[in-house]
Amino acid sequence: MPSVESSFVALPARDLSAAALQHAADRGASFADFRLEQIRAGHLAVRDGRVETVTDTTDLGLAVRVVHDGAWGFASGLSRTPAAAAELAEQAIETARVSRVLGARPVELAPEPVHRDVEWVSSYEIDPFEVPEEERLARMVDLAQGLQSADGVDHVDGHVDYVRENKFYADLSGTLTTQQRVRIHPEFTAVAVDRGVGSFSSMRTLAPPVGRGWEYLTGAGWDFDAELAELPQLLREHVKAPSVEPGRYDLVIDPSNLWLTIHESVGHATELDRALGYEAAYAGTSFATPDRLGSLRYGSDLMTVTGDRTVEHGLASIGYDDEGVAAQQFDLVRGGVLVGYQLNRQMAGQSGLPRSNGCAFADSPGHLPLQRMANVSLRPAPDGPTTEELIGGVTRGIFIKGDRSWSIDSQRFNFQFTGQQFYRIENGRLVGQLRDVAYQATTTEFWGSMEAVGGPATYVLGGAFNCGKGQPGQVAPVSHGCPAALFRGVNVLNTVLEGR
Amino acid sequence: MIAPQQICEDALTASAADGCVVLVADHSETNLRWALNSLTTNGQMRTRSVTVVSTRRDRGGTSVGVVSRPVTTADEIVPLVRAAEVAAAGAERAEDAAPLVEPYHCDDDWAGEPATTSVSVFERFAPELARAFVDWRGRDRQLFGFAEHQLTSYFLASSTGLRRRFDQPDGRIEINGKAADLTRSAWAGQHLADFGGAELGLLLGDLDQRLDWAATRIELPAGRYETLLPPTAVADLMLDAYWTASAKDAEEGRNVYAARDGGTRIGQRLADLPLRLYSDPTAPGLACPPFVLAESSDSALQSVFDNGAPVTPADWLRDGVLTDLVRTRAHAASTGRAFRPLVDNLILDGGGAATLPDMVAATERGLLLTCLWYIREVDPQTLLLTGLTRDGVFLVENGRVRGAVNNFRFNESPISLLHRITEVGRTEATLPREMSDYFRRTAMPPVRVPDFHMSTVSPAS
Repeated sequence: MPSVESSFVALPARDLSAAALQHAADRGASFADFRLEQIRAGHLAVRDGRVETVTDTTDLGLAVRVVHDGAWGFASGLSRTPAAAAELAEQAIETARVSRVLGARPVELAPEPVHRDVEWVSSYEIDPFEVPEEERLARMVDLAQGLQSADGVDHVDGHVDYVRENKFYADLSGTLTTQQRVRIHPEFTAVAVDRGVGSFSSMRTLAPPVGRGWEYLTGAGWDFDAELAELPQLLREHVKAPSVEPGRYDLVIDPSNLWLTIHESVGHATELDRALGYEAAYAGTSFATPDRLGSLRYGSDLMTVTGDRTVEHGLASIGYDDEGVAAQQFDLVRGGVLVGYQLNRQMAGQSGLPRSNGCAFADSPGHLPLQRMANVSLRPAPDGPTTEELIGGVTRGIFIKGDRSWSIDSQRFNFQFTGQQFYRIENGRLVGQLRDVAYQATTTEFWGSMEAVGGPATYVLGGAFNCGKGQPGQVAPVSHGCPAALFRGVNVLNTVLEGR
Repeated sequence: MIAPQQICEDALTASAADGCVVLVADHSETNLRWALNSLTTNGQMRTRSVTVVSTRRDRGGTSVGVVSRPVTTADEIVPLVRAAEVAAAGAERAEDAAPLVEPYHCDDDWAGEPATTSVSVFERFAPELARAFVDWRGRDRQLFGFAEHQLTSYFLASSTGLRRRFDQPDGRIEINGKAADLTRSAWAGQHLADFGGAELGLLLGDLDQRLDWAATRIELPAGRYETLLPPTAVADLMLDAYWTASAKDAEEGRNVYAARDGGTRIGQRLADLPLRLYSDPTAPGLACPPFVLAESSDSALQSVFDNGAPVTPADWLRDGVLTDLVRTRAHAASTGRAFRPLVDNLILDGGGAATLPDMVAATERGLLLTCLWYIREVDPQTLLLTGLTRDGVFLVENGRVRGAVNNFRFNESPISLLHRITEVGRTEATLPREMSDYFRRTAMPPVRVPDFHMSTVSPAS
């Protein structure tokens, strides 16, 4: 069982938090919290079998947030002395003063039980930073060169990003948490170039980013050797595949594609801060407004979506969020109806809800915690079909695997997604690849067309390292689990024709 | 905290590598964010990133290690340098290896304190904003938005003796105005290096005008429309064209600038009008670092070995013809072409004099956009992009705005658009709505496109 990294434990977190919180209390803050964070990020990229770049970046700093006379104030800095921590608290009080001048609505925070001196470490085996660089390089180069040597592959791009995130949190109520989580995202892309025609095509691995360590690249949770061995043949078929005829098709969507559709059309749409207008100028709002809670028909009866910060290996999984709220699991859509939102303490408090469901996250010590996404996942049907059985129920359709391009409007209505692999379905059978496919729909129309949900055997946890939100911009890692699913009569575009 | 210059000198002294570059980015920022006519968050942040690039030569070539950490005390320097050396020792030969940049004459204020900003830059702006909240609340309209100011002092020191320093001020205001029922929405933005140049009154006036236009609602289907793209939308589209302008990728046949028979499209006409797309680190109001600052290598676009190399003005498109692409020094040397680094600003100029209102007045029937959003690459072969209109699409008939139209999803390539632009207005500084988190220093003209492809209708308002 991994433990919290010793260099983080050695930092004077308790002295710093005591100085900051005491100063905030002395100045009359009704709420104050303190974070000390150390985030180490590695990036290793290979291009055409050669190492292109290796970087090792650490962010280390502290932050104080206060509610003073009902207004938020925030300050962050670098110096790790009690005096500097107290000075940050003073700066936070000063920024709260500016908030009051600008008529800020009084902050109300939902209560949370006190969690005294608790520690949480995510589930992984090997800290990537403990693996010698030569070993990391050798594994990536070996995988990339194997792919590069295959027929029909002209270029290979590969990279792996890995993060070890340490957070210390303390607040005036007495909650004190120390946490560590590790995540990793390897990815390889094979490129085929046809100089004669002046065209190129590419195909990327489907392996999702996960809350695991280096063991992910050596067989735990994914078989990269097997996936890379299959990729050249898939790319060769893709290059020769016919271009799709635009029109309405039944789609069987693999979890490697559907996770992103869930992220964009359900995950973001059920963030209460968006639905209330707090992100209106940037990330946008949501069609799923609070007045429709309990009545909005989001999708078919088969649609049950949960928010979850507890699932093992989930990128958004944590013990306690960045407001000291214990991780939870909760329903967002049940039986196709909107039944809940993702919350932080402020959104819960001002909405009259008894407790936050623990969705506060700051991506660095220099940023405020925002309400960010839990692992938002579509539940499989307990006795649901296999992917083959889903395909078997389609007369004319397309089976889609892997994500590529994605875009959705500012109220989460209209979206367009492409993918990595597209297979034509005829009379219940796959009959070869297609290319140039994009599907375009409106959120409730799309989820309303979901006729079948795969069983637990089809369920995969996908996700992303880099979900963006907020100003200043922040990125958050998040996972989305889902089964394969069948959607009837979805609008499919031809991306080549779209560009003409 | 230890001074950035001292970090540089101590790190170079500690270095036992064949070559070493130290890059310090000392950063401060302050911001205000508001929604529903009141402030929601604000803050003051200070960060410092120290990157050590350590190079190691042997018979096989040169390897490199790059490690970044936030250094605040002297005792953190030697471990950082050693970590970079260990990384270099474990690395393979770097494909982008080139000799570190030798010293050259410059007039930088190397010895000066890092420049910083604080919440005090909002002293004039904040009361104006507070008055606007009261005014808009009284008129049953709502304001949302964000204002920030940043100052980053870059210090770059190399074992070759090179010392360079640059202070980059940066700021922006983004304001979104909505009717109380949220059915009408407008957006305006301003990039500004000095917050004293904030033009809140002008931005608010623009929002009011657009919300007034939107009092009339018109539904239009998807299709191809004559469209007036404002400078912010042009900037977002041109940035995608800029960020993919790698000579190496083009030579390998894997971007939109690849020529059919091998090589690149340099020399080909991409625009029918005599457009000039260029970058210039000394452009007034858009000044950016005049030397390379690379915390990591991306062999297609930048190299840590190029750190400190002079960044000179570059024409990417001249008289509508593609004239250059981005090259690292290593790639330039291997292909016999000139080194051409990325520059942190982008300007499109077609010599036009018309303002956007002039172009509206000269429009028989067309759409006027406010900005674009959620732009993503669909097909790298053609650089086909998808995205959405946002915060106001207006129907123009006989030279006048008739009302607001529904939003659309578009599918368009900026390279294809260059060919199809029929009118270019006056170039002005603009804030790219979509990309402003990453790239803000742009000057673009409004343009007229006769057949912009609105692929579907978006119900978003």
